[in-house]
Amino acid sequence: MQFESLAAFMSMEGHGVFVWSVYAIAFVVLMGLAVAPLRKDRQFFTEQAMLVKREQRSQEKS
Amino acid sequence: MWTFFHKMGSPRWFYQISGQWLPWIAVFAFGLLAVGTVWGLAYAPADFRQGNSYRIIYVHVPASAIALAGYMLMAFAAAISLIWKMKLAEVVMKCAAPIGAGMAFISLISGALWGKPTWGTYWVWDARLTSMLILFFLYLGVIALYEAFEDNVSASKACAVLSLVGTVNIPIIYWSVEWWNSLHQPATLKLTEESTMHSDMLQPLLIMIAGFYAFYALLLLMHSRSEILVRERNTKWVKELVAKRLG
Repeated sequence: MQFESLAAFMSMEGHGVFVWSVYAIAFVVLMGLAVAPLRKDRQFFTEQAMLVKREQRSQEKS
Repeated sequence: MWTFFHKMGSPRWFYQISGQWLPWIAVFAFGLLAVGTVWGLAYAPADFRQGNSYRIIYVHVPASAIALAGYMLMAFAAAISLIWKMKLAEVVMKCAAPIGAGMAFISLISGALWGKPTWGTYWVWDARLTSMLILFFLYLGVIALYEAFEDNVSASKACAVLSLVGTVNIPIIYWSVEWWNSLHQPATLKLTEESTMHSDMLQPLLIMIAGFYAFYALLLLMHSRSEILVRERNTKWVKELVAKRLG
């Protein structure tokens, strides 16, 4: 470990605000990119399920 | 070889095989990124000239490398989709754009936040930074152009041409630090020469680069799989998949 305390690790001799901001922004962007297809998949399956149910209902009526 | 090429063109085959790869790639990517981040932030020694601000390198270099490599991959997929009209290549081209834009964004922001403590400014209009900003706009251009078309075929064709034209920017970015007098430091890692970095700093950087590449592969597979489902929604295999989900 290069730092003696947690406070030293956070401040990084005054550079902490730049270093930590970069890691936070990178984390948010990467997670955003990973969550997007998961949400798209969930939306797709919900929509398709609704379509299937609508088809079943129209078949039952006829 | 040709059977593999033919198979690769089948969205169904790709969806099934990538589903098997996904968990392994995820474990690999998250493992490398976790080790690389902790090592780079807490255990790598501080730079004698830049102090701790250099730790931004562990995000900046991998994101920048992938923004460039991702563009080449997008252009390669664009060429395949134009020449052989392969469906999967169109999907990959479309999905590579937002991921590449994200990587270029990380590269630009991390560069700006590294520039402030090192150069005293967030931004200068020099060759490396400007050409990287153009790369970010090219990615956004591909996304916007795709959305501007109603049908997928015309959208793919237009985006493929834009992607291929944009490749002219890649060598400019890559060699900009050598061609022009730039504030940006020369490349730390070179394929043909020994690195200028001390091995204690280099090892976590190599791990982060590998982690970013694995994460990029993971993202590209996830995005492509989602896109395939939407495009193939009227096929038998997707309908079976939906029925299976419904139980």
